[in-house]
Amino acid sequence: MSSTILEMQDITKNFPGVKVLKDVTLTVEKGEIHAICGENGAGKSTLMKVLSGVYPHGTYGGAILFDGEECRFHDIKDSESKGIVIIHQELALVPHLSVAENIFLGNEVASRGLIDWHKANAEASALMKRVGLDELPVTPVGQLGVGKQQLIEIAKALSKDVKLLILDEPTAALNDTDSEHLLGLLRGLRDEGITCIIISHKLGEIEDIADSTTIIRDGGVVETLDMHSTEATQDRIIRGMVGRDLENRYPQRTSTIGDEVFRVENWHVHHPSQPRVVVEDASFNVKAGEVVGIAGLMGAGRTELAMSLFGRTYGSDIHGKVFFHGKQIDTKTVEDCIDAGIAYVSEDRKHYGLNLIQDIKTNISAAGLGKISRHGFINSNEEISIAESYRKAMNIKTPSVMQTVGNLSGGNQQKVVLSKWLHTTPEVLILDEPTRGIDVGAKYEIYTIINDLAAQGKAVVIISSELPELLGTCDRIYALAYGRITGQLPVEQATQEGLMELMTIEKTTSTSTTATTSTKTSKEAVR
Amino acid sequence: MSALTDFKDLFTRNLRTSGIYIAFVAIIALFALLTNGTLLSATNLTNLVLQFSYVLILALGMIMIIIAGHIDLSVGSVVALAGAVSAVLVIRHGAPWWVGILAALAVGAVVGAWQGFWVAYVGMPAFIVTLAGMLLFRGLTFRVLANVSLSPFPSEYQQVASGFINGLLGGNGYDVFTLLIGVFAVAGFAWSQWRSRQGRLAYNQPVESLVLFVVKLVLVAAVVMAFAWQLANSRGLPIVLIILAVLILTYHVITTRTVFGRHIYAIGGNLSAALLSGVKVKKVNFWIFVNMGLLAGVAGAVFSSRSNGAQPGAGNMFELDAIAACFIGGASTSGGVGRVTGAMVGGLVMAVMSNGMQLMGVEQSTQQIIRGLVLLVAVAFDIYNKRRAGAAS
Repeated sequence: MSSTILEMQDITKNFPGVKVLKDVTLTVEKGEIHAICGENGAGKSTLMKVLSGVYPHGTYGGAILFDGEECRFHDIKDSESKGIVIIHQELALVPHLSVAENIFLGNEVASRGLIDWHKANAEASALMKRVGLDELPVTPVGQLGVGKQQLIEIAKALSKDVKLLILDEPTAALNDTDSEHLLGLLRGLRDEGITCIIISHKLGEIEDIADSTTIIRDGGVVETLDMHSTEATQDRIIRGMVGRDLENRYPQRTSTIGDEVFRVENWHVHHPSQPRVVVEDASFNVKAGEVVGIAGLMGAGRTELAMSLFGRTYGSDIHGKVFFHGKQIDTKTVEDCIDAGIAYVSEDRKHYGLNLIQDIKTNISAAGLGKISRHGFINSNEEISIAESYRKAMNIKTPSVMQTVGNLSGGNQQKVVLSKWLHTTPEVLILDEPTRGIDVGAKYEIYTIINDLAAQGKAVVIISSELPELLGTCDRIYALAYGRITGQLPVEQATQEGLMELMTIEKTTSTSTTATTSTKTSKEAVR
Repeated sequence: MSALTDFKDLFTRNLRTSGIYIAFVAIIALFALLTNGTLLSATNLTNLVLQFSYVLILALGMIMIIIAGHIDLSVGSVVALAGAVSAVLVIRHGAPWWVGILAALAVGAVVGAWQGFWVAYVGMPAFIVTLAGMLLFRGLTFRVLANVSLSPFPSEYQQVASGFINGLLGGNGYDVFTLLIGVFAVAGFAWSQWRSRQGRLAYNQPVESLVLFVVKLVLVAAVVMAFAWQLANSRGLPIVLIILAVLILTYHVITTRTVFGRHIYAIGGNLSAALLSGVKVKKVNFWIFVNMGLLAGVAGAVFSSRSNGAQPGAGNMFELDAIAACFIGGASTSGGVGRVTGAMVGGLVMAVMSNGMQLMGVEQSTQQIIRGLVLLVAVAFDIYNKRRAGAAS
């Protein structure tokens, strides 16, 4: 067909010992939004790296036809010159440079080697208008939120005369409003004739926006669905991705709730450098065997609440009381918390959870070295056998615990972080976005692990922005809005609408001036 | 046959990590050939140990600093200052030799605490703190010595770096004691290897085949005994070699087996994750700098003893030799990666090259050029290897 813009034929890619892509054939029509779905590690990113020239011609088998001619890209510049632009999940912007500078980075508006700033800023403004970004072109990118940064990436792609735009999980880090805006923008681009390939885990989003969807599993194509036909349902996509029916996305659990284990009273946290209150008068509790959710929108102070509780690793001028089994405890340092039996699994496993250059066993033992050492000497055999036992119990998919963590998929990395914290034998686990950026199958496994923990009598707190996830896993859900806990609901009474209402209650302004300026005692936030 | 596949596996798997060892053997072979065997002669091996021991001592501290993601540019100046204080006490004020040694160590530790304070508790980049230290302690050295060199040390003091244990158990032209120590070293190595093998077996961990295990032990034993034989044929066992061996063993154990060592790797690998895992980052950073200072004090004592005096300009550029040794030995500039054994081999590569070129009578300028290029090529090779490994993931 003449309207086909891209054909990838029988793409095969091997890494030493592993066949990552097996004869993948992908056909993308001109001017459509084509979604690619698959579990983490299925080969989606590898396929996109082949397409964009990250893996140069010769390192893979098969052929790429773009606009009817065969392409042999040697690097990203090659593919970009043809109009193929990829936007990675981790944005590649320079925070200290302005919006305009970022848009034209590597592609500067210059004559005779000198940059024409007036022209650059003017052109940047035009591009920003196209993507609906209402900022000055001279604003440093670091001052803008993730949603706006994503738009800058798209503006950057547009500046390169993009014909095929590839987005790798563009909405993973965005809130609903920003996601909506981005998806709207993609529709607009489609109408202008720009073709999009979008990799996403969010099935609702795919159903909403994609014209066709290709499902990849274990390095091979399962099927390509026409999303306008009635057969294309979320269930069918899930079935294709995991290779089995996933009747319930949340494993069943009967909870047996015991005595209160952990209670926080009147917790106040100030921003580490600005005189404003981030968490205000928060109180909550968890009982043994109970899973409690904390629901809040981005910026509500969820992570700030958790990290300030966990060894005061965030914020300044923190006060409030923490009780453990009814007794007040000190949580001034991370060690205090670990010793008391509190574990915090960060939302950002790459930055706060893992040492990516080290192997699995070193990561699993990192927070509980005391348990496998005597007089400061580590028993490395014990370490390996403990790591092995977690590998089996958690079903971490890896040939050996000597594998470097950076090479694992997101779901497996998350299991390593969980293992690390379980190794400290905590009684209270605070899980911050425990399933962010991991695929449906691995999510199910994580939920099962959470259920097991609750069944063992642990108290679990889940912080999440995915309301269905909280409704599917928790016994009780607190809503957090603008740093304050605005209500709690038992799961039987909770609905998405009800929670959302609580999550958007605005602050009554009478007490908002309690922000003290005493940042003298400020503790540096972990960066 | 299992032993054969084992060998193959060992070779391919380790080629990446053991590139430096292969390069080391190649460099020794090359210079042994170029110097008609003089490089491996009894006297020269002894000289090699005496001449380069302090760089290796410095590299022991430096590797921990680099693993934690820092750098120390001041060690050359600290070596000079420690030697100077010692010399003033012993030569000018007639204090006993051991007072001088202790003073050198104390100066090193105090300097280390000073720099550790700025890096760990004030949060300044180590590059700046130690760049300042480099100037500061060099200036102090000039002050302490009042701009003049001091010498000579009493003979006991000189023994530290140029003394030998010889004739303790007699022997006809060769020193029995040295050979005995060699035998002990081999036996100790074999025992610890055997124990770790048994430990791994007890925990159902994979181990290499027994044949390979024995071959490895025999190879190590042969190298150690040949080295001991040569020393025994010369002047006996250098005292400084004993110091060095004890230090290497200690730091090898610290970095590979202890919680403290593990924390250093954790900090260098991912600072935030280390903090959130309960690692006392400030404390660890502080103590690795104290340790670096202390080792610089040891190196200062050894160096002043060997040069039989203290000079205001002593130890110039030592920091660069120590840093080069770490990076040639496979440490990463971004932290989190590196080994004591690697740093030692890296230091020895530099030592053998310098020594070999001196024996050949290569000009000083050419030596510098070649050493600079070797550093460049070694790290480039390392990066190339990592990139290949990275592409495979």
